[in-house]
Amino acid sequence: KCRKMSAMNRKVIQTLAETISKQVEHFNKTEAECLIREFNLLLGEPTNMGEQSRAGQSEVQEHLHHTFDLTDDIIMDGAFRAFDKDNDGIVSLKEWIEGLSVLLRGTLNEKIKYCFHVYDLNGDGFITRRRCFPTEEDPDEGVKDLVEITLKKMDHDHDGKLSFDDFEKAVREENLLLEAFGTCLPDSTSVEAFEQYVFQEQLEQ
Amino acid sequence: MGLSLTKAAQWTTASSGTGKLEFTPMNESLLKEILCFVEQFSSQHPQEAEHVFEEPLQWRTTLVASDFKTEYDISDSAVQSHEKDSEGLPLLQFSPPAVYVRSFSQLSKLVHLADDKKLEEVRTCLEENRDPVVKILGRSFATALEREDTQTDILSLVDKVKDPAKDSETKVKLCLLLHNMDKQILSKLLEEISEKVSLNPTAVKNEVELLKQLCSEGEKRALKSLRYTSDFEFSNGCRTPLWRQPHGEICYLVIEPCDTETLYITYSTAGVFLNEGIKQEGEESGYERTSDVYTDLVTLLKSRSPHFAENINEQDFAAQKLPSTHKFQHVESVDGEKQGQPQRSYEQQEKNVHEKTKQQHTVNKAGNRNKYGSSKIACCYISSLCLIMYFLSYTYSVYIVICWVLSALFLFSKTSAGAVPVELESSTDSEEEEEQPARHPEGNTDLPPEYWQIQKLVKYLKASDQKATVLTLYAMMDLNLMQETCQLAIRDLGGLEILLNLLDTKEVRCKIGSLKILRKISHNMQISRTIVDMRGLQRMVTTLDSPNKDLKALSAETIANVARFHRARKIVRNLDGIKKLVKLLDCGTPNLAQVSANQEKDVEVARCGVLALWSCSKSCKNKEAIRKAGGIPLLGRLLKSPHANMLIPVVGTLQECSSEESYRVTIQTEGMIKDLVKNLRSDNDELQMHCASAIFKCAEEKETRDLVRKYKGLQQLVSLLGKADNKQLLAAATGAIWKCSISTDNVAEFQKHNALQTLVGLLTDQPEEVLVNVAGALGEFAQIPANKPTIGKCGGIKPLVNLLIGTNQALLVNVTKALGACATDKDNMTIIQQLDGVRLVWSLLKKPSPDVQSSAAWALCPCIENAKDAGEMVRSLVGGLELILNLLKSTNNEVLASICAAIAKIARDEENLAVLTDHGVIPLLTKLTDTTDDRLRHHLAEAIYYCCMWGNNRESFGEAQAVAPLVRFLKSKDTAVHLSTAKALYQLSWVPNNVITMYERGVVKVSCSVVVAAFLSPH
Repeated sequence: KCRKMSAMNRKVIQTLAETISKQVEHFNKTEAECLIREFNLLLGEPTNMGEQSRAGQSEVQEHLHHTFDLTDDIIMDGAFRAFDKDNDGIVSLKEWIEGLSVLLRGTLNEKIKYCFHVYDLNGDGFITRRRCFPTEEDPDEGVKDLVEITLKKMDHDHDGKLSFDDFEKAVREENLLLEAFGTCLPDSTSVEAFEQYVFQEQLEQ
Repeated sequence: MGLSLTKAAQWTTASSGTGKLEFTPMNESLLKEILCFVEQFSSQHPQEAEHVFEEPLQWRTTLVASDFKTEYDISDSAVQSHEKDSEGLPLLQFSPPAVYVRSFSQLSKLVHLADDKKLEEVRTCLEENRDPVVKILGRSFATALEREDTQTDILSLVDKVKDPAKDSETKVKLCLLLHNMDKQILSKLLEEISEKVSLNPTAVKNEVELLKQLCSEGEKRALKSLRYTSDFEFSNGCRTPLWRQPHGEICYLVIEPCDTETLYITYSTAGVFLNEGIKQEGEESGYERTSDVYTDLVTLLKSRSPHFAENINEQDFAAQKLPSTHKFQHVESVDGEKQGQPQRSYEQQEKNVHEKTKQQHTVNKAGNRNKYGSSKIACCYISSLCLIMYFLSYTYSVYIVICWVLSALFLFSKTSAGAVPVELESSTDSEEEEEQPARHPEGNTDLPPEYWQIQKLVKYLKASDQKATVLTLYAMMDLNLMQETCQLAIRDLGGLEILLNLLDTKEVRCKIGSLKILRKISHNMQISRTIVDMRGLQRMVTTLDSPNKDLKALSAETIANVARFHRARKIVRNLDGIKKLVKLLDCGTPNLAQVSANQEKDVEVARCGVLALWSCSKSCKNKEAIRKAGGIPLLGRLLKSPHANMLIPVVGTLQECSSEESYRVTIQTEGMIKDLVKNLRSDNDELQMHCASAIFKCAEEKETRDLVRKYKGLQQLVSLLGKADNKQLLAAATGAIWKCSISTDNVAEFQKHNALQTLVGLLTDQPEEVLVNVAGALGEFAQIPANKPTIGKCGGIKPLVNLLIGTNQALLVNVTKALGACATDKDNMTIIQQLDGVRLVWSLLKKPSPDVQSSAAWALCPCIENAKDAGEMVRSLVGGLELILNLLKSTNNEVLASICAAIAKIARDEENLAVLTDHGVIPLLTKLTDTTDDRLRHHLAEAIYYCCMWGNNRESFGEAQAVAPLVRFLKSKDTAVHLSTAKALYQLSWVPNNVITMYERGVVKVSCSVVVAAFLSPH
């Protein structure tokens, strides 16, 4: 019975994976399948809940923290918002895979969008001075000064705040600015490690 | 003449009356200048030269009546010139020993007649005519000149004088001429002086300081007191008034010895002597010398004060003095100056200033760092300016105004740190290969406007975490990183060290940011040096292994900038960097014309890798390392790229490496010639230049030359000659044409495009690099008989002959070769003879370079053979035959062979052969017979053959024992040797004794067929 269940389960996952791999960039069907399993594991549900699987903020953040070593709380909040595209407070399977596709294999364009989303704390479409280094209560003068310099340089339309256009333009000119206001993308080693773990080791099981 | 004589000349006694001009270097050069002026006067100013002096210049000459030639009436011992004034009086009159001269034209002539005594004549003339200007122009004009005012003054004078004579205009002109000469002479003397004065003040100071110590030691003291007359010291170290400095006077001293009266002493570059008593600053008189000149102060004091002589502890003093004298000797040896006149060049002086500022800098660094140094330098500049301006204008009022302006400037430079002259920086080492000890020219750097910004950012860089570091680096990228002051400020504020340290971290973004700054500031040579010193190359080479492509590319690019000097290149090699860089070239894209977005980065990495290899390839061992790492085929692959920014470093590297034969062969076998030729058609000048250079080097190989023709490269090379404005490109293109024209097929192809005519046009007004190649090419072109008359008809002979007076060895070798090849054409030879070309070629035998010697000698052969009246021509060259014979003592076989060949040509003229024989050609040739060099043997035997045909020369050769070794020549494998030897033996065999020797040496045993074949050969 159990085997039948898992066979059925596999069938469902495969169908799901097929659909998702068509909707989401950068992953083929097998990889999508692996990610679905990983998502289920993440939720602690051995069985497949299919498209209805949902992850809450804490689960997603915990996962990002562990796998990609992203620590900054504010950034993590931003990351969750970026994942949660429909703003319903939870991350669906599809949203999760979409998010990972940017983190793992995103193009510069996708990454710019993602990062801007993370930095745009209140979702008004602008990065503001106040929000750039909100972590510490009172950042030292140097950091303030640096942020000031950077914002001024990036603010192409000189309106005192950083719109998406400003941000995109600046990052295109100087890629280093992609994560100017805090690390929000995993580094290449953790990406490699994660892909290795999800796509290869799982398949071997 | 006026001022330079009264102020600059050094007279033995007081300035009036008949003094003597001292034999000092300064007077010598003064006299020479005046002589030169007089000599050229009548040719340069014919009208003014006719002007009759107010009074004759009169002096006791050393000339005698027989010295005067035509244009003079000579009766007994008296002489009168044909040239007369309007009243019929002669302009020159000579009644021994006095001579009276009344015009410049006669002066010029007289000086000319005096020949080697002309300087002496000028000296006596000046000594006996202390006011030459008064005599020449009359008192009123002379005072005008003396007043040294501007031209307007003189012109106004003309009105005032209202000279009834019509020649007043000429007089004014003459007056102006004298005025100008005065100026020129003074400024020239000043130049000489400013070179001389420079070191001595330091020596004087040392000596005075030492002596001062001797004043203070109580009973044992050697002197009572010693003081300068002036406490003010000019920046050149002198304490004398400016107008005395040209006399070489450094300072005046007042010394009270214990036992005699007070001594007033002048210390000058020429030595130490007593003056008439200069007690303090501002004295107007008393400069005259009243004693002998001593080499130094101690010697003078010893001779004047027995107490001093007794008390001075010789050894102590000597020991104390040692370091300084030692130093001077060192300086002397550099300058090659006379002993006792320690002098140093201007450059050294400048360096000294430089060092001083540097020392001061280490004391007060950071904030106000520049003030002191800049004002010091400015002071030096200003005072030298003062001197120059003073002598150029030498009007007292003007002088005061200038001083006033300059002192204002001086004050300004004290308050602002920005007035440092840029010239001092003179970054001598921008392009140089060899490393100099690292300089820290802190004294010369302006603070960049961003100085405080840089300081702030470096501070942030030191303190911040990763996130802030990236932002800091980003902010730094906004600085003007290509500006030297900025670059140096980053280094000096400690930023460079942090940037390099960042490369050790794991933060990729920090590394990228750091490298983005490093790759820019490393354009500065000093920064590059510091990077190497801080082990920066080690870190960058390690970064080449990173999986991140941006990092790889940036590291490679920075290495390309840093590896511009030998030590850096060696470090890269020793770190295995060459291998890593070569690995970068493998961008895995077969088709470089169509690169996907993904591959673009790989291509960029490869491009940066090539850039670095290009820099590294300037060291020979690196060329080898690149080859061993498999770099050549990878370069070949990149050569297919359609982009100039890739092709330039690729071809640049290839052409750099083509100096090695292994590369030349591989480039050809890997099929790269085709691509090189293709890129000759690029529209990028630099790329074309490198391609042409590569072809120039590779075309040493015959197959390569053929390939260039096959791919239609020759035509393209000729068309590059049209870009005559780009000299580098022109040099490369002509070089390629030269080497390609070694193949005669190529010459024919070149001719289809009228290359010869174009090349001939490039023989004038071109830099030497071009000329060498053009001459080389013409030499090759002229190997084809049909081209010889063409070169002549295009007017190529004259510029070639003109080039014979140059000094560039490579050029001389090529030019003589070309001329030699052309000389086989009769018409050309006529032109060469008309232009005196043979004598010029002949005189090249005097050059020290064996290459030039042999090339000249080879060129002489066809010249002698084809010249009209060759024998007469050779005889007309005084000392020519001796010169040739002397070269038979050379140790260079090529020189010997060429000289033998020339002798064979010369000896065909009997008269010349007689001279050669008299000068001992036979023993000289005989001495060479022990050679084993076949080329030399061939020409030697030929020379012996022709030299046999005079007098008893056959016997003489026998007696000198030339026959036996000649027989051995027959054992050579070279048929040319057989032929000429057989001819020589045939001549020698007319003498029975020689036949006996030949028989004894087994000439019959030597394969008869050799001899027979030689005789039968159609030659």
